[in-house]
Amino acid sequence: MSLLELRDAEVQLGGRTIWSDVDLTVEPGTFTAVLGPNGAGKSTLLKVALGLVPLASGMVRAPAKRDVGYLPQHHHGEATAPFRGVDLVRLGLDGARWGVPLPRRNDPRRERVAETIALVGAERYADRPFGELSGGEQQRLLIAQALVRRPRLLLLDEPLESLDLPNQHAVAALVRRICHEQGIAVLLVAHDVNPISDYLDQVVYFAGGTAVSGAPSEVITEATLSRLYGTPIEVLRTRDGRLVVVGQPDTGAHAHSH
Amino acid sequence: MLTYRFMVDAYAAGTAVAVTSGVLGWFMVLRRQTFAGHTLAMVGFPGAAAAALAGVPIAAGYFGACTLGALALGGRRRDDSAATGTVQAVGLGLGVLFVGLYHGLLTDVTTLLFGTFLGITQGDVIAIAAVSAATLALLAVGGRQLLFASVDGEAAHAAGVRVRLLSYGFVLLLGLSVAATSQLTGALLVLALLVAPAATAQQVTARPLRSLALSVALALGVTWGGLALAYYSIYPVGFYVTSLAFAAYVVARVWRWANA
Repeated sequence: MSLLELRDAEVQLGGRTIWSDVDLTVEPGTFTAVLGPNGAGKSTLLKVALGLVPLASGMVRAPAKRDVGYLPQHHHGEATAPFRGVDLVRLGLDGARWGVPLPRRNDPRRERVAETIALVGAERYADRPFGELSGGEQQRLLIAQALVRRPRLLLLDEPLESLDLPNQHAVAALVRRICHEQGIAVLLVAHDVNPISDYLDQVVYFAGGTAVSGAPSEVITEATLSRLYGTPIEVLRTRDGRLVVVGQPDTGAHAHSH
Repeated sequence: MLTYRFMVDAYAAGTAVAVTSGVLGWFMVLRRQTFAGHTLAMVGFPGAAAAALAGVPIAAGYFGACTLGALALGGRRRDDSAATGTVQAVGLGLGVLFVGLYHGLLTDVTTLLFGTFLGITQGDVIAIAAVSAATLALLAVGGRQLLFASVDGEAAHAAGVRVRLLSYGFVLLLGLSVAATSQLTGALLVLALLVAPAATAQQVTARPLRSLALSVALALGVTWGGLALAYYSIYPVGFYVTSLAFAAYVVARVWRWANA
């Protein structure tokens, strides 16, 4: 059975319809990219999955809150907490609990934190102050924070935003590995499909007040994207089979259907 | 020194104030709400002046005004420095008015702004200790959630932490603690105990519990040291507390620079 399902879903914020007629099915252990211009409602989809934003109409079925891991969008330079990476990962595990976390011997939670840090390959720098780490290192630790409670659904909001191209590839490859090895479904919001198109099982494109979802080869086509964006979009196929989208409007695009 | 009743009271009040300032200041620095803390201290001044004018205990003035200030600031976003500054300005303006209306001794103004350890009564000690105990008890229950909310509000909110409630509660606790501390350090020097130990501790270690403990230890050290130095000299306690706190901060910066 699918993990997350939206049928004919509509979201309104402050009386304005953000998107409508959205259908989406996310299967366990699959990697889905959420794409589209700024303001099209990509992050809103994650908030619907978290149960933070209700639907105006339609149907949503999402896992229980404790089964969902979430990495919010981090504005550049904000993540400068004076703590070690391992402390931030730990907050993902028990930061919402009451009481004082006193250090104990043989703490099973500490083992869980260590396992998760190993899963994202951050053992080498998890004990260094977070603010001194590179963007890619910080992003791996933040993914570990969202992963540490072993969610069935992982929601990542623009985790590639401030990374250079090699790190975007590396983080996307890491997410796909976690996805397939751990059977976790991942929704990853991204601006640009090109660096990550190789790793995806599914894409969902938001534009023009609605969304289209499906396998990358079905959705990333000139006909579908041009119709969705309301402007001509070219899709090229490289010699090794990768899809490259050209001419995608970057910000504030609104399709005009008339 | 401790054979005198007033010094025992000063040390008791100073200890309670230092522990809460060390803890709350640590969260305040982490949350980048130093300006809000400063503003709460500033609105304590008109409260104390109004209390003097009305002939009620000065402590009541500090607590009343700081609580009102905290209620006004609590709902604001953390980075809303313009609104915070506006509250601060009107507080200072009212303070000047009340002092003008009072026609009392001018040394009282100096005391309200820069503090004294001579005027601490046993009643003050009990009130300060009660505020400290309540603050520490609340933080023992909600401290971890406050930490998560301070470091990453959105992730904490998604995990079920009531971020806005904690934010409001934190500013309220900060207001009460500032009011308690003001009675010893005066309105202007509250910040010395709130900011300096926390900032120093966060320079020294990246482990949350260690830096929190260090912040409390430093606040205690500068308070105890400041009181002793003030007792054996003719200069005010506020000068010694700020100087010791500043010295610790400088040492920490140099140490960090040397170890970088």
